Amino acid sequence: MNNLVYLKDVATLTLDKNKCTGCGMCLDVCPHQVFKMNSSHVVIQNRDACMECGACSRNCPFGAVSVNSGVGCAAAVINSLLGRQGGECCCSIDPADPAQKNKVGCCS
Amino acid sequence: MNKKKSCSCPESPITLQVIQQESNCCSAVKDIPVIIPRLDQPFVTGSIQTSIGNLPQVSPQLTSQDHWGAVKARWGKGRMDYMVDPGLYALGNPGNNSPVLVTANYKMSFDYLRRELPGRTAWILVLDTKGINVWCAAGKGTFGTVELIKRIESSGLKKIVSHKNLILPQLGAPGVAAHQVKQASGFKVHYGPIRAKDLPAYLDSGMKTTPAMREITFPLKDRVVLIPIEFLAAVKPYFIVAAVFFLLSGIGGPAGFWTNILNYGLFAVFALFCAILGGAVLNPLLLPYLPGRAFAAKGFFLGFLITLILLYVRSVNLQTWTGRIETLAWLLIVPAISAYLAMNFTGCSTYTSLSGVKKEMRWALPAEIAAGACGLAIWITSLIIA
Repeated sequence: MNNLVYLKDVATLTLDKNKCTGCGMCLDVCPHQVFKMNSSHVVIQNRDACMECGACSRNCPFGAVSVNSGVGCAAAVINSLLGRQGGECCCSIDPADPAQKNKVGCCS
Repeated sequence: MNKKKSCSCPESPITLQVIQQESNCCSAVKDIPVIIPRLDQPFVTGSIQTSIGNLPQVSPQLTSQDHWGAVKARWGKGRMDYMVDPGLYALGNPGNNSPVLVTANYKMSFDYLRRELPGRTAWILVLDTKGINVWCAAGKGTFGTVELIKRIESSGLKKIVSHKNLILPQLGAPGVAAHQVKQASGFKVHYGPIRAKDLPAYLDSGMKTTPAMREITFPLKDRVVLIPIEFLAAVKPYFIVAAVFFLLSGIGGPAGFWTNILNYGLFAVFALFCAILGGAVLNPLLLPYLPGRAFAAKGFFLGFLITLILLYVRSVNLQTWTGRIETLAWLLIVPAISAYLAMNFTGCSTYTSLSGVKKEMRWALPAEIAAGACGLAIWITSLIIA
């Protein structure tokens, strides 16, 4: 299935056309073909496909793309609600503690 | 890492400026020792002599031990210690012009990479991701800019290859800023295909990707391998919950303890098991075909269907109040459990966003808790009035 789509109108992805130079790096790293190259810069063609992985914003040398990135993992959200770190899901949404010890979970 | 003189080498996530300063500083004092992966790791087939020492050599051929390790990891056994030493490995007999492929030190990531490169030679640079796969590690930042820059130095890569190119899996991009790696180390990061199986085509085409190589999908076989872990995670709490239902049915029912268990307890235990099957097994299997976009909605739907089938099999008498109340109880409990487990599968999927998951959870989590709690209360009531 190529076209699994998640909830509409939730992704926090934004693009600053004034900063974009059209280098195309975001097209390379996006796993869901969210971007499209226009004549001189990139445009967002499919925002609802965005999974907020943050690859585009991290790899944009010009700071033109921004997104509240994180891992879309309910177990991790619950863990952070409970004040646990890591816990059920290895994809912790807490970037403050990447070397957590408690690694049990769904991602492999 | 110790603070030596006035500088320290990058250890934790830091900003670009800091990386630049520190990497200049560190390369100036050259205080990063070269760390060579152990040669006695079971999958190492030999070693090759280089200017920095004997580097471990690996083969594209996976052994039965490698396959068995993967099976065990999929079932959760030894999964968190399933790792290889970080550093530089030789695939075949690479030279100073051979490509450098970067991966995580989760052994399955390492194995799946070399498996796809039969008859090829390459350097494999393994980052220390604490035994986590590339994508999850990139999300956490351990497959990241700082670790890559550090590993380029500590692996001795600069003395091994004459070029300045690295091939990273595209799914490592959330953790690695290619332009910062270039600035700090001089190496240019090329994001290769998402799947290792596309690597030969990518290498043969002069490092060109096709749109298909760049798009992540979530086909049946990728979903199936995730089922054991999901199922096992649900089974442990299941035993506790099932035991509680078992005891409650025996104590609360109308007849003697064992008769009650026969009449109510066994069905309860079976129904709970089916709820887990729905959320942890059927949901991953049928994901694209289930209604709704929210995973919890898919789980509620599955749980509802399962309950209808269960109640049909049990041939509940809807003419009596007891039968009606028991029906209602199961129509709340089973979907609540299925929905909860289905919701947790968002972490395994390849297309759910954090904003979306939070939005889904705002309604789904209270609904699941409420349905489960009400269901339990109603079920106990049905036992008492029976």
